[in-house]
Amino acid sequence: MNSLATVRSLQQRISEMQPVRLDARVLPTSEGLRPLLPGGALRMGASYAVQGSRQLALAMLAEASTSGAWCGVIGDSSFGAEAAAALGIALERCVVIPHPGDDALGLTGALAEILTVLLVTAPSPPSPGEAERISARLREHDAALVAVGEWPRPESTLHVTASRWDGLGRGHGMLSNRELVVQSQDRLGARRHTVRFEHGAVVAPRTAPVRRLGAR
Amino acid sequence: MNAERTLVVWVPDWPVHALLRDDGADGLSPDAPLALTANHLVVACSAAARREGVRTGLREREAQTRCPELAVYPHDPETDERRFAPIATALEQLVPGIEVVRAGLCAMRARGPARYYGGEAPAGAAVLHLAAQLGLPDTRVGIADGRFTAEQVARSASTDPGVSAPADGLRIVDPGGSPAFLSPLPVSRAVDAGLAETLQGLGIRTLGALAALPEDAVRQRFGPHGLAAHRRASASGVGSGSEVRPRPPARELSVELSFDTPIDAADQLAFACSTLAERFIGGLTEDRLVCTALRVELTDDVGARHEREWAHPRHFTAADTIGRIRWQAASATKETERGGAGVTKVRITPVHTDRAASHEPGLWSTEPDERVHHHLSRAQSRLGHTGVGTIALAGGRLLADRQRFVPWSTTRVERGAARASASGPWPGALTGPAPSRVFPEAIPAALLDASGAPVRIDADDLLTAEPAHLRVAEAAFESPVTAWSPPWVVRERWWEGAPARFRLQVQLADGDAWLLVFRTGAWAAEGRYD
Repeated sequence: MNSLATVRSLQQRISEMQPVRLDARVLPTSEGLRPLLPGGALRMGASYAVQGSRQLALAMLAEASTSGAWCGVIGDSSFGAEAAAALGIALERCVVIPHPGDDALGLTGALAEILTVLLVTAPSPPSPGEAERISARLREHDAALVAVGEWPRPESTLHVTASRWDGLGRGHGMLSNRELVVQSQDRLGARRHTVRFEHGAVVAPRTAPVRRLGAR
Repeated sequence: MNAERTLVVWVPDWPVHALLRDDGADGLSPDAPLALTANHLVVACSAAARREGVRTGLREREAQTRCPELAVYPHDPETDERRFAPIATALEQLVPGIEVVRAGLCAMRARGPARYYGGEAPAGAAVLHLAAQLGLPDTRVGIADGRFTAEQVARSASTDPGVSAPADGLRIVDPGGSPAFLSPLPVSRAVDAGLAETLQGLGIRTLGALAALPEDAVRQRFGPHGLAAHRRASASGVGSGSEVRPRPPARELSVELSFDTPIDAADQLAFACSTLAERFIGGLTEDRLVCTALRVELTDDVGARHEREWAHPRHFTAADTIGRIRWQAASATKETERGGAGVTKVRITPVHTDRAASHEPGLWSTEPDERVHHHLSRAQSRLGHTGVGTIALAGGRLLADRQRFVPWSTTRVERGAARASASGPWPGALTGPAPSRVFPEAIPAALLDASGAPVRIDADDLLTAEPAHLRVAEAAFESPVTAWSPPWVVRERWWEGAPARFRLQVQLADGDAWLLVFRTGAWAAEGRYD
């Protein structure tokens, strides 16, 4: 019985460490977000749902934007450009459509052809059929989608369970660094992670000193 | 080989005429002694000043000594050029194909006008008549073999040998008589100062003496400059082609189109204008120009005109031009209460043009991908041109002022905002991380203390009580306020009586954080750390 549990846990660790598909094509992803995602990166053609933090959703776009891709923010009328720039998003390659009107999902599908990562805030979650049509376009044009809120059949759902700020006291100090506790739900199961933001940008998780020694 | 017959029009003292014609010269009289100076040297002077002994090249002080009532003005070459442009255009109406050598001096081939007017003397008289109509009665016209000779003839006196003067101000040297006319002139007329000195030192003092030298010897001793001078002195033409290079005729680049039946719908108008836009861009391309800004004028059947300038980040294509017409037609119907039935006239005028050569795409193009532009333009045609764009950071204190929406494929037109740099010192601006949500219009909020009374800012710029609860847009948050920053003040336009504003960061127990602003007694949420 004990050995069976050991085998199961070992199997899970193996599946966590290796991608399911060997030819999985991935997009550049910030180092601090890699542990959250199955396969360790944003996958082309996949949709991700982020709940509870706009900053985390924008952080998913940052690394791809820095490496020269075009990205888009659709349906967000309160886009914080300075926060996006601090995360590493190149504003001149970030298309913003604050009020997409009734056909936000149709526009998303059309723009998937040119934008590599799309951040979509839909007024209501799409029907599975609509989501599948968008997903087909994403796969065809090697794009990825990050939805704020609910999205049917996502590759991964990131749900912020707790948020903690440093620097602010009772009547003194200013907000500085942030730590988010994120619950990820994907095919590997539910896991809990910590994401740190320093000066508005995602920082890589601290590696243990022993591992760093070993890497040398 | 003899040089071709050339007609030269010379306006003596053109800088003085330009000054009198320029704006703000109402008090000046052409009969008063005037002088124009540059580097304290007289560049040009009026006839009255010349009578008093003022000469070109004289020092300013000495000119004033000779003529104490001399009025001195700085010489502006740009005014000379600008004021001569209409004169040159009027001359072009009379005789096509003129070369403006410099402001005040034009050259043209004499053969055409001579045949048209039945002789060189009537042709010259016609030019002089036009000049008199333009208010330049002292204009001189010289006709001779070659440009240089014709210019010298125009400056000559009527009593000079070989010169015939059929009319006042008209001087003609007959064909073949040019070398004889030139030979007594000093050699400095044809060469620059340095070469003139050398020639004088060699004993060659007149153009006749220079022309008498064998051409090969001049070429070997003085090179191309000497050869050119020798050709001028002997009134032999250039080796090939024409000495007069007419300026290309100015072309009208703006286009317009009228409709018999007024057009109301923007799409219909855009379709009707497609050939117009092609013609507009085609005309620019023929002149090797690109247009970076244009003005579209739409005129109603009742005469109301809607006019707007459009800029382009790179340069306009025909499709871009049609897009601008469509946007403008759509906004014109939205903005104005129109009495008319629709647009009857469309006019496109280039505002900024540039040489096409400087707009060639590089090998590694820095422009956005053609595909991106195509898709975004299509999205723009669905949502309106302000629906799709990028965000540019701008200078400012409040969050909403610090970011500006730039519609796709338009450049920033408002220069004042662009100049204010985002990184400049903005006292009262936020330090540290910026909120990930910025509300374009601040949302009304309420900050309450533990007893439920509103928290305000007192006269010492401090909070009146410790905040305990936050309410934004009538939605109360359950978790209490656990931390807050000291309120900091934003003082702007106090000289206009604008009240000071205060900003405050607030953190709730569940980790939610807000940026609030307090103005005229009420709190509002400016941004949210989401």
